[in-house]
Amino acid sequence: MKYFPLIWATLWRKRVRTIFTLLSIVIAFLLFGMLETVDYAFAHAGDGVAGANQLITINKYSITLSLPLADVQEVRAVPGVSAVTWITWFGAYYQESKNFVFALPIETQSYFDVHTNTFVVKDDEMAAFRNTRSGALVYSGLMKKFGWKVGDKLPLHSTIWTQKSTGSLDWTFDIVGTFDAKDPAQASQMSSNVMFHYELFDEGRSFGNGQVGWLEERVSDPSQSAAISSRIDALFANSSNETKTQPAKDFSMTFIKQFGDIGFVLRAILGAVFFTLLFLTGNTMMQSVRERIPELAVLKTLGFSDGGVLALVIAESLLLCVIAALAGLALSYATLPYIQQGLPGVELSSNALLPGVAVAVVLAIVVGLPPALRAMRLNIVDALADKR
Amino acid sequence: MFKQLAAVSWMNLQTLPQRIGASSVIVIGIAGVVAVLVSVLAMSAGFKHTLADGGRADRAIILRGGSDAELNSNITRADIDTISNAPGIAKDANGKALLSAELVSVVNVPRVDTGTDANVTLRGVGLMLTRVRPELTIVSGRMFQPAVRELIAGAGAVKQFRGLTPGSVLHLRGADWLVTGVFTSNGDVHESELLADADTVGSSLERTGYSSAIALLTDPAAFTPFKDALTTDPQLKVDVQRETDYYAAQSRPLTKTINVVGNTVAVIMAIGAMFGALNSMYSAVAARGREIATLRAIGFGALPVSLSIMLEALLLALLGGIIGAALAWFFFNGHTVSTLGGAFAQVVFRLTVTPTLIVGGIVWACVIGLLGGLFPALRAARLSVADALRAA
Repeated sequence: MKYFPLIWATLWRKRVRTIFTLLSIVIAFLLFGMLETVDYAFAHAGDGVAGANQLITINKYSITLSLPLADVQEVRAVPGVSAVTWITWFGAYYQESKNFVFALPIETQSYFDVHTNTFVVKDDEMAAFRNTRSGALVYSGLMKKFGWKVGDKLPLHSTIWTQKSTGSLDWTFDIVGTFDAKDPAQASQMSSNVMFHYELFDEGRSFGNGQVGWLEERVSDPSQSAAISSRIDALFANSSNETKTQPAKDFSMTFIKQFGDIGFVLRAILGAVFFTLLFLTGNTMMQSVRERIPELAVLKTLGFSDGGVLALVIAESLLLCVIAALAGLALSYATLPYIQQGLPGVELSSNALLPGVAVAVVLAIVVGLPPALRAMRLNIVDALADKR
Repeated sequence: MFKQLAAVSWMNLQTLPQRIGASSVIVIGIAGVVAVLVSVLAMSAGFKHTLADGGRADRAIILRGGSDAELNSNITRADIDTISNAPGIAKDANGKALLSAELVSVVNVPRVDTGTDANVTLRGVGLMLTRVRPELTIVSGRMFQPAVRELIAGAGAVKQFRGLTPGSVLHLRGADWLVTGVFTSNGDVHESELLADADTVGSSLERTGYSSAIALLTDPAAFTPFKDALTTDPQLKVDVQRETDYYAAQSRPLTKTINVVGNTVAVIMAIGAMFGALNSMYSAVAARGREIATLRAIGFGALPVSLSIMLEALLLALLGGIIGAALAWFFFNGHTVSTLGGAFAQVVFRLTVTPTLIVGGIVWACVIGLLGGLFPALRAARLSVADALRAA
């Protein structure tokens, strides 16, 4: 620690150069932080979705094919399944197609039996929802976004389902209440959610009646998930609607993977950034040591060991990289809310920033080692004579 | 003055090899920025290209009103008859309308890279398919037969998803479908799809209607009367779009996202590279302080000396830009990837490094070089001749 002032002084020997080097490392770690967070979010996409005790059953051949509502009765009888509910993709937007609304027709009792501890709904609003056929519960953030109030009519345009009575794709619901996420980490996944009665939907639509998009099950023992999934699929094995049951988490991972190898793209960019940075910082360190050769020789004359000089140069490189990395990671932490806006439904976590510090240390050693070795091997007489 | 500039610049460039380390910082830093920028934008260019190529101005796509995408849409057989008789639609020698009533759905097929299921479009098409889409060419195997469970796979789909080579069997709702051939169609979005006979697909999926109708018009100008005839018909509730417009709208959200991401990353990287360039040029000026002072002392103006520094930064940046664009082109041009497109289904596309992207990348490089050279050049101009000469 007593050498800190010495290291600090040599670091700022050429102020402008150090500032620019510092800033370019800050930039690299800003990018590192931003890209790693996104990569981490995609890699862990399933984690926040649902507990391990939720399964999802879809049509084996295609997510767009439906299943008969009658399947629900059979699944309910499967040992280990404690609750079953059913949902259909409604494909809605509000006023304009850019205002996507994740509106789901749900069965008002069983949906909450499967998704226990997920939503916060006031008791009176839940009662009002269950008693109002045209009622809808809206995520509180979405209410704010569009300025809706409880008691408002909510007109939604479905891109799929026409109403039997009018032949129109426009549906109207009555907002009877709001809901929030019990776990704040799940809030971003609910950001555009609306729930309404399955009964109203199924009786109102002009086709597809008696069919459901997918089933969701709750299992009492998550360790039995695989066995229960195969029991469910076995029920429908030779029907025209074979099923595929999997943990809700796996389902969302499969969906995320459909976007392609996002991780590869992000790592390729990071690779380019760090290669560039390595080169740039390494060069600066080399140059800085080269200019200081007589000074280093003086240090050695004063009795610094070869190892001591090596340590001094490495420490200087460490100081530079770690200060810059911390600043860059802090900056990227500040950008998280903006990235979050661009990625609704993906949970960003600052966990991804921690490896950045380790990367900074590795970077410091890689760029610091060649000049440090050079400094260590200096021959005092030659160096003092400025013969390089 | 130009003579001076040329003389100083030439002298500078001759000393470049002595400063190879510092100079290569500029070249490599900028090459990195341009390589990343061009590669990322090549993704959006490729995606846009793939979707845009699916469209022809003299083809119209008819969806149920308010449906936005084929997968959501539903068109009845009666609607198809009405559409076939609309004005402006091209006819074959027997007077039959060149129209393909299509039934679009997605099926789960595992991806080659991850092995996880992906939504691949299975498009049931009408018998007029090859007349409506003349760009469709069978490159191996043969065309599917109507009324039996056979399908052909797009060349892109065959590369990205498992088990789609001719002779393979796809299991779908309790029945086996034989892949009889592979087709190309100008590299457009249909190459990501599987095509089969619409009525066979319909009976397998227990669906009676269609998703969309694709009509070949007599010429692009026939679109307006065709659209007006359909949209004013009280029996029909349909949206009629030129195919080009439909696909342009489908590609917009994803290309916009990729462009925003690519440009943001590139701007941040460019700032980093600029600091690197500043460093190198400052040290270049510092190392040549005496040389510059000597030049000034023997009568060279401040302007040519500064300009020569800018010129050096610009040349190094240009070199970096060219290397970066070349790297992007070499590694990624034509690289095939797939993602979930606008409509819930996989789109296979090739990264396309277009000349516009290369020029854009090199312009970025030059801007970084100019900014990186500007301040060091100003310092060179302000250098006190007497002090610099005295400093050893």
